[in-house]
Amino acid sequence: MTALPDIWTYLAKGPLLWLTMTLLAYVIGDAIFRRFNRAPYANPVMIATILVSALLLITGTPYHTYFEGAQFVHFMLGPATVSLAVPLYANRVHIRRALIPMLAALVAGSLTAVLVAIAVGMMMGLDHTTLVSLAPKSTTAPVAIGISEKVGGLPTLTAVLVLITGILGAIVVTPTFNALGLTDWRARGFATGVAAHGVGTARALQINETAGAFAGIGMGLNALLTAVIVPYIVTWLL
Amino acid sequence: MILNIVIILGFQLAGETLVRGLGLSLPGPVLGLAGLFVTFLLFPAVARMVSSTAQGLLAHLSMLFVPAGVGVVQHLSIMESEGLGLLLAVLASTTLALIVGAFTFVGVARLTEGPKEAKQ
Repeated sequence: MTALPDIWTYLAKGPLLWLTMTLLAYVIGDAIFRRFNRAPYANPVMIATILVSALLLITGTPYHTYFEGAQFVHFMLGPATVSLAVPLYANRVHIRRALIPMLAALVAGSLTAVLVAIAVGMMMGLDHTTLVSLAPKSTTAPVAIGISEKVGGLPTLTAVLVLITGILGAIVVTPTFNALGLTDWRARGFATGVAAHGVGTARALQINETAGAFAGIGMGLNALLTAVIVPYIVTWLL
Repeated sequence: MILNIVIILGFQLAGETLVRGLGLSLPGPVLGLAGLFVTFLLFPAVARMVSSTAQGLLAHLSMLFVPAGVGVVQHLSIMESEGLGLLLAVLASTTLALIVGAFTFVGVARLTEGPKEAKQ
């Protein structure tokens, strides 16, 4: 019979263990999220990330060993990004009807998200690489990670910042808009998709169907705009 | 099903190839997204075909962020030294982007649609 530590040593090296752990952590995160009535602070990705990170730290497993298993999940981000064409196409009538307000809000919201983040980051004395990794954080994770790789940021740091952006956005969006007396669900949803990508979109869908549809459009359009503007902004400002 | 995967991966591959070939600064999959969207507009039959596969992929979208998110274990020292600055930058920029985006939408909608429609 093989001793348990030997089995662990064997399994910890291959992709099977960490692929399974990634999926399992997400299943647990999602169950907790449902138990908390889908409250934005009980975000399943955040819970899964904390669970897997804790497991890596406890077992002393290096990230690259973990990633050999998790890369199969990570790879799917590319095809998932391409697939965003489907909801965008499904909403083409909405897009055509409110095209001008959306384009204006897209440019204004997207620029605000990038420029204010860089300005506050500079004031707080953040490192150059940290600022570059921060710049694309308002767009959907697969795109933000791709941009971060392109402009010399740390893709994994960007991924964490994207996640934090989505969660904070989902938490502040409803109280903020209610306090400001904003009643146009299209505007509320669209701005949420632009500023807080998929996590914000999921939150908008919970609150109002129109807001959800427009959030999806905002997220999709900002994926395109952020990918175009961030490399230029990073070159000019950083 | 397999054909749909070929179409999605094919657009990603075309996007990556164009980005590398032309030295563009946007991620390949984003160009693939744009290409697939234009293809849908030109050939609606492709949209009907691909949509179920794409929606299956998007249904579990948030799970796909976990491996990259776990990368935080590589940046614990950054989080320790710059975590507060990052948190403030994210919170301020996200809240302001929400407000600026929503009010721009409402303002421009009022100008282009007239006050009645903008209220719906």
